[in-house]
Amino acid sequence: MSLLEVGRLTVEFPAGDGALVAVDDVSFSVAAGEVVGIVGESGSGKSVTALSLLGLVDEPGRVRADRLAFAGRDLQTMAERERRRLLGGEIGMIFQDPMTSLNPSFTVAFQLMEAIALHEGGSRRERRARALQLLKDVEIADAERRLDVFPHQLSGGMSQRVMVAMAIACNPRLLIADEPTTALDVTVQAQMLALLLRLQRERSMALVLITHDLGVVAEVAQRVLVMYAGQIVESAASAELFAAPRHPYTEALLASLPERNAGNRRLASLPGVVPGAYDRPRGCLLSPRCPYVRERCRASRPPLFDVGTSLARCYYPLGAEPRP
Amino acid sequence: MLGLVVLGLLVFCALFADVIAPYSPSEQFRDAALRPPSLAPVGGHVFILGTDPVGRDILSRLIHGTRLSLVIGIVAVGLSLTGGVVLGLVAGFWRGRVAEYVVMRLMDVMLALPSLLLAVAVVAVLGPGLANAMYAIAIVMLPHFVRLTRGAVLGELAKEYVQASRLAGAGTARLMFDTVLPNCAAPLIVQATLGFSSAILDAAALGFLGLGAQPPTPEWGSMLASALEFIQSAWWVVTLPGLAILVTVLAFNLTGDGLRDALDPRLKR
Repeated sequence: MSLLEVGRLTVEFPAGDGALVAVDDVSFSVAAGEVVGIVGESGSGKSVTALSLLGLVDEPGRVRADRLAFAGRDLQTMAERERRRLLGGEIGMIFQDPMTSLNPSFTVAFQLMEAIALHEGGSRRERRARALQLLKDVEIADAERRLDVFPHQLSGGMSQRVMVAMAIACNPRLLIADEPTTALDVTVQAQMLALLLRLQRERSMALVLITHDLGVVAEVAQRVLVMYAGQIVESAASAELFAAPRHPYTEALLASLPERNAGNRRLASLPGVVPGAYDRPRGCLLSPRCPYVRERCRASRPPLFDVGTSLARCYYPLGAEPRP
Repeated sequence: MLGLVVLGLLVFCALFADVIAPYSPSEQFRDAALRPPSLAPVGGHVFILGTDPVGRDILSRLIHGTRLSLVIGIVAVGLSLTGGVVLGLVAGFWRGRVAEYVVMRLMDVMLALPSLLLAVAVVAVLGPGLANAMYAIAIVMLPHFVRLTRGAVLGELAKEYVQASRLAGAGTARLMFDTVLPNCAAPLIVQATLGFSSAILDAAALGFLGLGAQPPTPEWGSMLASALEFIQSAWWVVTLPGLAILVTVLAFNLTGDGLRDALDPRLKR
C-alpha cells in the first residue's frame, strides 16, 4: 500500500475574474521508503503541491482533490486538530530558504525541544539530550556548542541542517524537501544530499524531493515526476526518464543541461515562456512551445497516457506510437 | 546615552519624591507667595526654584510632577501597546478578511484627526480628570502601534519558519503570540519609548487646557495653566514646568533614537 496517495489534486487562487490554476489535476503516490523527485521550472506548481498536501495553502487558495490520503487515512475528512497532529509527526518538511526557516528569536535548542515536546514529550533533560543527538545525526560539528546559539549565528548550510534536524525530530515516515539545496553552495549541496539520503535509508523514510535541478534528481530519486504549468507531464522511473524521455518537455529539459551541451556555444532551450493565468492554451499546455506540435495538440488537452512503463501527457510520445 | 542618564534621574525623582522634595507639593507658605528662585531663606524656608502665586514650593511640585508624568507615560503607553499589538496581530493574520478592513479603516479614521483634537474629544466624552486623560492619550496613540505591528507581522508571516511552526502543529494563537510577536518586538519597543514622550506632552497639553489633572495636583501642564497670568511678572512660575516637560520629552526621544539604532536590523551595517 502506498504511504501517500494523491488523486486529482487541484489548487486554484482567485485572480481577477477567473482563477490561477497553480496545480492542475495532479495524481501520484509515494510508497514507504521510496525516493520520489518532483522537477519543473519556477512556477510549475511543485511547491504548492507540497504545501497543499500539508494543509498549508491559505485562503483565498482553494484545494480540491478526489483523494488525499496518508497511510490509508483520508486527510480531507479528518478533523483539523487530528490532521495537524498527524502531519507534524508523520510528515516532515524542509523549506527552501534556510535563513528564514528558523525563528530568529529563539535558540536552536529551544526550537528543537519545542518540536520534540509537541510530539514526544519527556522531561527537559531528556528533550535536551534528544536535541543534541539530532544535531549529531545531521552531522553538525561541535553540536554541544551549537545548541545554545541563535539562528543568525549559523551559516546557511548549518541552518539547513538544523531544519533537517527539526523535520526528523519526530521520526516522520515521509519527508518533503522543497528545494533543499537551492540556497546552498555547490559543495554544501552535495553534503546536504548525501545527508538526506543517509537519513532516508537509516530511518527508511519516504522522501519527496522537490527541485529544479535534474542532476540532483538523477543522483537520488527512484521515480521522477516532471511538472509543467501545474500539470504532471511525465512520470517515470529515474533511469528510464533520463535514457528515454517520452514527453517533449522532458526532452527539452534534458537537452538544456550543461552536461549535454559540451562544446556548444549556447545551451539548447525552448522558445517562449510558461503560460500564466490569462494565456493558458485550450489544447496541450506545451503546444505554443513544443517543437513537435500538431493540429490535435492545439485543439484538445491530452490526458496522461501509459507509455511503456512511464506515464506521459502527450498524444505523440517520443519513441512510441501516437495515442488514439 | 545622555537620554538614559536623564531618564535614570527622572525615575529616581519619581520613586523617591517624598524623600527628595524639600516640602509637600501642596503646602502653602502664605507669606512667601511668588518668590523668585534664590538660595536666601525667607522666613526660615529656602525656595531654590521660587514659589507659585499661592506660596507652594515649585521645586517640590516639579519633583512630584515627575511621578505623575511617568505614571501617565506608563499607563497610556501600556494600554495603547497592548491594544495595538492585539489589533495589529489580528489585522496581520486575517489579512484580506473583514477583520483587517474594519481594524485598519478605523485606524485610518483616527489618524485623519489631529491627535490633540481627538484627545480633547475623548476627554469631553469621558469627563476631565487625570485617569480619563490617560485613556484619551492611549486611544490617540493606538493607530501607530496597530499599523506598526501589522507591518511587522506581515513581514514575518512571509518567512518560512512560520510555515514550519504551523506544520509542527501550532495553532493561530500560538503562532501569533509565541512565534511571530517576539520577532516584531524591536520596532515596538522603539515606538513605545517614543510614545512615552508624546504621552507626557499630550498629558501636559490636556492639563494646560484644564482637561487633565485637576488642581491642586502638581501636574506640569496644569502648573503651566494656573500660572499663565503671571507670565509677564514672574517668569519662573511658567518657565520651570515648561523646562521640566522639555527635558523629559527630550530624554525619552534620545533614548528612543538610541534604542532604534541598537534594535533596528535595517540600520545595522
